[in-house]
Formats: sequence, structure tokens, C-alpha cells
Amino acid sequence: MTALLEVEDLRVAYGKIEAVKGISFSVEAGQVVTLIGTNGAGKTTTLRTLSGLLKPSGGKIHFDGQVLNGTPAHKIVALGMAHSPEGRHIFPRLTIAENLQLGAFLRNDKAGIEKDIQRAYDLFPILGERRKQAAGTLSGGEQQMLAMGRALMSQPKLLMLDEPSMGLSPIMMQKIMATISELKAQGTTILLVEQNAQAALSLADHAYVMETGTIKLSGTGQDLLHDESVRKTYLGED
Amino acid sequence: MNELPQQLANGLALGALYGLIAIGYTMVYGIVQLINFAHGEIFMIGGFGALATYTILPSGISIAVALPLMLIGGAIVSVAVATAAERFAYRPLRGAPRLAPLITAIGLSIALQQLVWRFYPGAKGPVSFPEFTGESFKILGNLAISRADAFVLAAAPLCMLALGLFVSKSRSGRAMQATAQDPDTAKLMGINTDRIIVMAFAIGAAFAAVAAVAEGLDKGQIRFEMGFLLGLKAFTAAVLGGIGNIYGAMVGGVALGIVETLSIAYVQDIPGMEQFGGGAWKDVWAFSLLILVLLFRPQGLLGERVADRA
Repeated sequence: MTALLEVEDLRVAYGKIEAVKGISFSVEAGQVVTLIGTNGAGKTTTLRTLSGLLKPSGGKIHFDGQVLNGTPAHKIVALGMAHSPEGRHIFPRLTIAENLQLGAFLRNDKAGIEKDIQRAYDLFPILGERRKQAAGTLSGGEQQMLAMGRALMSQPKLLMLDEPSMGLSPIMMQKIMATISELKAQGTTILLVEQNAQAALSLADHAYVMETGTIKLSGTGQDLLHDESVRKTYLGED
Repeated sequence: MNELPQQLANGLALGALYGLIAIGYTMVYGIVQLINFAHGEIFMIGGFGALATYTILPSGISIAVALPLMLIGGAIVSVAVATAAERFAYRPLRGAPRLAPLITAIGLSIALQQLVWRFYPGAKGPVSFPEFTGESFKILGNLAISRADAFVLAAAPLCMLALGLFVSKSRSGRAMQATAQDPDTAKLMGINTDRIIVMAFAIGAAFAAVAAVAEGLDKGQIRFEMGFLLGLKAFTAAVLGGIGNIYGAMVGGVALGIVETLSIAYVQDIPGMEQFGGGAWKDVWAFSLLILVLLFRPQGLLGERVADRA
């Protein structure tokens, strides 16, 4: 069978500077796949290109039987890819409920949308308690919950999470990671970009290590978790 | 006789006119951070569109019947010009340094003026506009509202109400708010932000056409260069109210209109200020108000702190 997402020799450049230098990877339906690597490795650029915010300068992206090369972002969402961006990017002056409704912008099934909003409130009760509040008033962790809940509102085939634990307190980080494994247990396909390699690798079915725009290493999450060089570079062990 | 209520009514009508034009500046700025300096000309062209519509109507038609058709005709012309400008002049420059679209806007403004001057019959001078004939409305005995003022005083709140409902209640309106707050993330929601931008230009242009009809009815004429100063005033109103905020545009317009009107009427009565009163100084007072607001409240009367955008 073919993978849900298949990336072949993807290249992305900002002007003359190539940030992603020909990477290939794939995500099977039902898997959690993670891209780990240091700052500037090209992880966020990769996700932004997959969701159509950036145009690739080379290579191919196959998603769910379609070729996405230069497809505009709003059409990619319609194909079933949701992207929760780095830095959360909730709509600060809209309420939490309105943010969630925007996540379902392309859906018309009113009852289904209501049900999914309720599901987001069940997943993150704090969002339900504050549904009428402007999203900008939430704490960083709560905003991350909202960003994830909003991304789920489109009922995506693939959920892409960019640095969901960034800047969060350890407790909040645990909560977010627990939610990701909950989503995984429900069968959600997830492409996770993380700097917290330990947490990401323990969750992932498959993992890729990115360095300066290339993929240096790949394997199952468990393999990489026990890989000597990964342990040294990304898990901070001597 | 106390003429303050009358002056306030006049100022309100002028302010409503400014506010209607200011909406166009503020909506476009709110979404693409572009000061569309050609918006004054979109306003002017709406007036010529309305007039052209009037000239093809059967002669002798009552202005009350003609007015709705003129509004529609004017709006069609200004919306067509504004959306074409967006598509062919501004969109190719999206992502370019901000100076590029700004210069383009100024160039477009000159081009539109010259096109009307050159090709609209008789537009090398003032062109007469149909007028509301008939008595002013008398309110509370001595307050007289001209029919032209009554038109703008009715049109402006109706437009604002419609826009307010559209932005806060409709699906497209919410998409518009999302695009204004975070365009990239709006795309990730599946919003076609290009369409939202066109919509912002179109709404601003339609409101400008309504304002142009009001201006024509009031003055009894329109001119190819009338968009310049009125556009500048309306831009001032938008900044005054807090650019990017639709209610701010109207509040800024009304504040500006009232300050102007009152300065004409009263400044000369202040001892020692005699030489600064009258119509000749009204623009000085209007722009002084702008400077004061920018000094003490740079985000404008209803503006949000810029930090909210981050």
C-alpha cells in the first residue's frame, strides 16, 4: 500500500538560501511520525511547505493520492491536512469558540461541528470553561491546546503539529504529550515536529533526524531513542 | 439664537461622509497593511458612475426614484475599479517591500484622476450632479437638515450596521477577522485569503460610492479631483479612529467632521483667535486634531495596541 504522505527529494529555498536540501520521508495512515533536530534544521520549513504556506523549489509531495506541488494552502486543508503552526498562532481577538469554529471553516455539517467542539472541550476542559473568552487571554499552554483542538476541527487525515511543547512548563508539556498519545490511540495520523526529542521519540512509530536541511538518520522511535549519536546530540547524554 | 445644535448636525453629516470613505482605508489596511492612496479616486469614480447612471435614465425622473439606481450604478463602477486595481496593481506586489505598493497606489490615484479628466464628457471642469430639490427637514423648530445631509445621516448608520453584522455574524466576516489577525494561519483554516482581500476592497469601494453620491447631492456637482482632499480627510479619520478598526473609522470621521464645522463657526469668537477662524482654517484644525491624537494616543481613538498583532 502507498503511504498517506510521501515526500520525495523535497527542496525549499528562501531566495538563494536552501533551507531544505532534498529530503524524502513518508507517513503511513495511523502512524505517528516525528521530525526531530536542532533549531534551523529545516523542520518548520518542511511543515510550512507541506501545508502550502511555502512553495517547494524542487521535489514531490504526494498526499492521499494527490500531488501537491504549488497547491495553495486553503485547498490543501480541504484535502485533509491540518497544520498546527509553531508558536500556536491562535486568533487572539476571537473567542475560543470562534477559533474552534474557524478550524471547521470548510465543513457544513452544523451538528457535526458542534459535536467536535464538544469533543475539543472534553479533551481540554479548560477551553470549555473559557469558551467565550478572547483566545489572546489564554496562557501559552492553553493556547497550545486551542491550536491543537482547532487543527482537529477540520477532521484531518493528517495532523501536523509543529513544536507543540515549545515554551511550556514541564507539567503543561506532559499534558500536551499525553494528549498526543491519546490522539494516537484513537488512530489519528500525526506528523510531529519537536525539539523535545525524548518525548517525541517515545511516542513515534517512525522518526527522522534533520540536520541543516537534510535527513541524517531515520528509524523507529525506539531505535533512535537508543542510538548512540542521537543520545549524545539530542538527548544530552555524554 | 443658539446655533450649536445646528452646527453639530452639520458636523455630523460631514463626519458621516468622511466615515463612509474611511471604511475603505481601514478595511484594506486591516487586512493587507496597505494604505490604498487610490481610494480617494475610487470614491470619485463612484460619483461619476452614479452620474453616468443618472444620465441614461429617462429625463424628468424624480430623484427619489433615481437615487437607488444611482447608488447601484456608482457602486458597480467603483467596486469594478477597486477590485481590478487589487488584482492587477496590488496583488502582484504582495510580499514586495511596502514602499512598492504605496508608490503604486499613488500612481494609480493620478492615473484614475487623469482618465476621468480625459474621457468623462465635461469632466475637465465641475460636472453638475442632480440635486434633491425641496425643503430642508425641520426638526425641533429651528434645526434644519438639508435633504442631502439627511441622506448621508441615514446611509452611514445603515452601512455601518450592515457591515458590523456582516463582520461579526457571517462566515465570510469571521474569515475576514481571521485574515486580518493572522493571514497565514487563516489559510491553514482553509480560508481563501485572496478572496477575502478582494472582498475588503469591494466593500470599501461600495461605501465610497455611497459617500460620493452624498457629496454630489450636497454640492450639486462633482469634480475629477474631488477624491484628493476628501480622501486625505477620510484617511485622517481612519487614523484618528484607529486604523484597522471599522467602528474607529466612523468615530474618527464624525470627530473630524464636528471639529471642522465647529472651528469654522466658533474659533473666530475666541478673543485673540479671530484670524484663525472661518472656512480657510478648517483643514488646519482638522489636521491639528490628528497630530494631537497621534501624540497622545498613537493607536487612534478605538485602535488596538499594535502588540496584539504579534
